[in-house]
Amino acid sequence: MCFQRIFTIVLRQIYLIRGSFSRVFPLFAWIGVDMILWGFLTKYLNNVTRVDFNFVPALLGAVLLWDFFGRIMQGVTIAFFEDVWSRNFLNIFATPLLISEYVSGLILTSILTSLVGLIIMFVIAATFFHLSFFAYGLLIVPFLLVLFLFGISLGIFGSAIVLRLGPASEWFIWPIPAIISPFAGVLYPVSTLPGWMQAIAKILPPSYIFEGLRAAIRGEPVSGLSLFLAAILTLVFIFLAYRLFTMIYRNALKSGLIARYSAESVS
Amino acid sequence: MPILSVIELRKTYGDIIAVDNISFNVAKNEIVGLLGPNGAGKTTTINMILGVLEPDSGGITIDGLDIFSRRSQAVSRTNFSASYTPLPGNLTVLQNLMIFGRLYSVKNLSKRIEELLIYFDLAKFRNTKCGLLSSGEQTRVSLAKSILNSPHLLLLDEPTASLDPATASEVRLKIKEFVAKGEGGVLWTSHNMYEVEEICGRVLFLSHGKILLEGNPKTLPQEYGKKTLEELFITVAREPLTLREN
Repeated sequence: MCFQRIFTIVLRQIYLIRGSFSRVFPLFAWIGVDMILWGFLTKYLNNVTRVDFNFVPALLGAVLLWDFFGRIMQGVTIAFFEDVWSRNFLNIFATPLLISEYVSGLILTSILTSLVGLIIMFVIAATFFHLSFFAYGLLIVPFLLVLFLFGISLGIFGSAIVLRLGPASEWFIWPIPAIISPFAGVLYPVSTLPGWMQAIAKILPPSYIFEGLRAAIRGEPVSGLSLFLAAILTLVFIFLAYRLFTMIYRNALKSGLIARYSAESVS
Repeated sequence: MPILSVIELRKTYGDIIAVDNISFNVAKNEIVGLLGPNGAGKTTTINMILGVLEPDSGGITIDGLDIFSRRSQAVSRTNFSASYTPLPGNLTVLQNLMIFGRLYSVKNLSKRIEELLIYFDLAKFRNTKCGLLSSGEQTRVSLAKSILNSPHLLLLDEPTASLDPATASEVRLKIKEFVAKGEGGVLWTSHNMYEVEEICGRVLFLSHGKILLEGNPKTLPQEYGKKTLEELFITVAREPLTLREN
């Protein structure tokens, strides 16, 4: 792999963001709105419910982590969509760029753009709503890491789907975090869910993270086995997503889809 | 050793044979015209040479490097420009050249870009987004990108299709100069037979995925009893079987 080519994918995104307010705005706008909305909601809940439970780290912290996951996923897919929107596949895939370098470039782009969002979320949550990340201790590191990797896997998965089905299928990708959210137990314990939803939650790494988050807030020990299981599941998701992307790419080389992508011949 | 070797290349889409066991070479400092009516298999052939389309069978080597087993190394020796594939319109001329120069690992990239901006008279557009340029200016940017890495093999798919005669003439001149001073060979597709006659040293006529005729564009029409290359082209398009009988 050539790092220069990987970084070029990032550089392209930097050029695009630098020259476009409509690309800068979403980096912080919606997550800022989310932080403010949930911040005030948690403040209100703290006022009207029993005093020994603090909703800020439980709800606002969970929303922050979920938004972080969403940003990571969108970071990958938006960098990919830039090539879809500008009909750039033939130009870019006719260069010496390897598919592994291209995907690595998308991931690196996502890390940088999501970092902007994460910092802004931290600042709003800590400044205005006194959310202390010391409440989670060092567990915040594995929490963020698992959500980051799971976001990457779904970003690659989403890109693969759009590569396969064509530009219009991007609308399948935007709602993915919202669809997963009820199963992952972001705002409530997984035990609240009916049996069939709990079964799905078991294969979703975020469900272990949000269970762990709530345990940490209650002062209970967080199961190391759960975190380990979440990490393993995440790696499996990344492996499967990357395999799917490369499989669809190879198939696109055979079918001629790369050269005639905008025709949406498959869908 | 030829720059490009295409050996028994075949590509089908379902029941349709797009390219049917074609073989040809492009040598150093040679401009080869790949001609044929719409749907003859020209763009399919070019896409396979670029490594963005996998053939059913056959082989392609660029500078002796197999395009499929050593794709990245082989493709780094080539580049292309096609009238139907403009560079991203949301990046400036400079940004586009910077991005593609880095993807092709061009050494002394900034210096090379400055040279090309002057050579293609694009210096005043360096900070203009490509989407805001006229089609002639976009073609010049695409050509600048296509010779950014001083490719050994340059693939040009109808590069003058949307240009006025004056701009098209400038483009042909630039490509001739590229071939004259470098070590690159060019595979050129065009529907403008006057252009082909002027610029190509050799032409291949494709019909229904097969190479029907091959030769010097200046003498080929006479060899087949036609007055002009255009007349020969029309016969290839309408009555290819009559030429096979010759």
